[in-house]
Amino acid sequence: MKSNPPDNPPNLSRRKLITAGLAATAGVGGLAVAARLAQRYGLIPPDHGALGICGPGETMTYGVQRLLTPHSLAREFPRSMISKAPFANPVASPSDQFKHLQAGGFADWRLTVDGLVAHPTTFSLADLKSLPHRSQITEVVCEEGWSYVAEWIGTPLEQVLNQVGVLPQARYVAYFSIDPDWWDSFDLTDAFHPQTLLAHGMNDGDLPVAFGGPLRMRVPRQLGYKSVKYITRLTLTDSMKRYGKGLGSAAPEGGYSWYAGI
Amino acid sequence: MRSSPAIPAPSASIPCYPAPVSATVTPLKVATPRHTALVRVTHWLTVISFFALLITGAEIVISHPRFYWGETGNVNMQPLFSLHIPSSRDTVPTGYGYVMPDQNGWSRALHFQAAWVAVLTGLVYFIASLANGHFRKNLVPAPPDRSWPAFRTIIARYLRRKPPNASEAHSYNVLQRTSYLAVIFILFPLVILTGLALSPAFNAAFPFVVDAFGGRQSARTLHFFITIFLVLFLVVHVTMIFLAGFIPRMRAMITGRAPGPSERP
Repeated sequence: MKSNPPDNPPNLSRRKLITAGLAATAGVGGLAVAARLAQRYGLIPPDHGALGICGPGETMTYGVQRLLTPHSLAREFPRSMISKAPFANPVASPSDQFKHLQAGGFADWRLTVDGLVAHPTTFSLADLKSLPHRSQITEVVCEEGWSYVAEWIGTPLEQVLNQVGVLPQARYVAYFSIDPDWWDSFDLTDAFHPQTLLAHGMNDGDLPVAFGGPLRMRVPRQLGYKSVKYITRLTLTDSMKRYGKGLGSAAPEGGYSWYAGI
Repeated sequence: MRSSPAIPAPSASIPCYPAPVSATVTPLKVATPRHTALVRVTHWLTVISFFALLITGAEIVISHPRFYWGETGNVNMQPLFSLHIPSSRDTVPTGYGYVMPDQNGWSRALHFQAAWVAVLTGLVYFIASLANGHFRKNLVPAPPDRSWPAFRTIIARYLRRKPPNASEAHSYNVLQRTSYLAVIFILFPLVILTGLALSPAFNAAFPFVVDAFGGRQSARTLHFFITIFLVLFLVVHVTMIFLAGFIPRMRAMITGRAPGPSERP
């Protein structure tokens, strides 16, 4: 009963098979070339392998956003939209070292910048505040789903990086909290992004401790967990392999992705 | 050769084997083309990614089962509504005395990976269906069906629980066509856009999308409601498959062939 209609000669299936085979080969070859190019141009996130079957999804997101929209600016809001009741996620109870610094009004708080830089430098908060600063009203977006809008005042990271002189082989900025369990990193696109701040003020005042004072990284194009609180050290590096489990930050070690732009 | 005693040979006396009479009632069931390979492959990829998105989406909601309207929302603010379920975060007041385990890490990674699969699958389906006339031929209702009486006839037939016409094994009626078009051209684009409006990097690049939904928290709330509509569609869709005949309908979507004369050119 099954006969081929006249417009469907039997050899079409063979032709289709050959075409499909060639297309598949070209596809696999293309993917291999794409992977090499992506590696070369820094489009593969450091935790790519740790996500298992979900690795390609995060790599696609990161790669596409870096290729298509590397310099987009996070939305900034009018003052009237500043949240009356921002929420500060609880953090681990402060160490004695932190309490000691807090008792001294953070006058002895230091930010060390080292690694692949021409002039490794240690900054006090006063040093940072003497650099050109920027204020912006942006939204903090938590991966859990909640959010708030606040004004953030701080030194653009770009200013600090220009002071220390980033060496050409540097690819990531690793940043460390005074809490040794808390560290992260981003690429130079985010590091030199004009909205990436070392924030020391919030809503016209000093940055409260609950919100990361005296010094917090603010990277508004990524989720809140990339905006690490209590920053004491920045290291310029060509690879994140040497830090922690080599996944780029503490977040992937807890199952969360390194790139949090989504 | 002796057969193993443990495995009984099929015999006409065993009742689970069909009696020969059934073969004489329907003598020759000719299976003819029903769904193209493109429709079948994209259908099942959508099924897989939809379930991955649904389960991981539920996991993500558990970490903050409160919904807001506008740009911002957090536990210090009045929610639009809350789900009365326990949360995976101790910062959320739920009234339950315990906290669920945190499954957000892998859930988020799988959610976004499945979203890529769903969006790319949808894109292939959309472009190919525009090009090959699938939308025009199989989904847009025929001109005589574009009327309230046509809808009423079909709805009345469903309400009287009459079995589908033989032709419906090979073609959709006007109610089915309208439902599929609504899912493909309204619900899917909306669920994708409201999902993207939750991405800080997407919102930086394309701020007008999140602004059009009335802010980030509005987009999150809409994302939740559109998911509910998609689940309702799924429930009706699967129920109808069972009522119309699970085996032939599944066979059509897997092998591409359905019994009866084809209406496909």
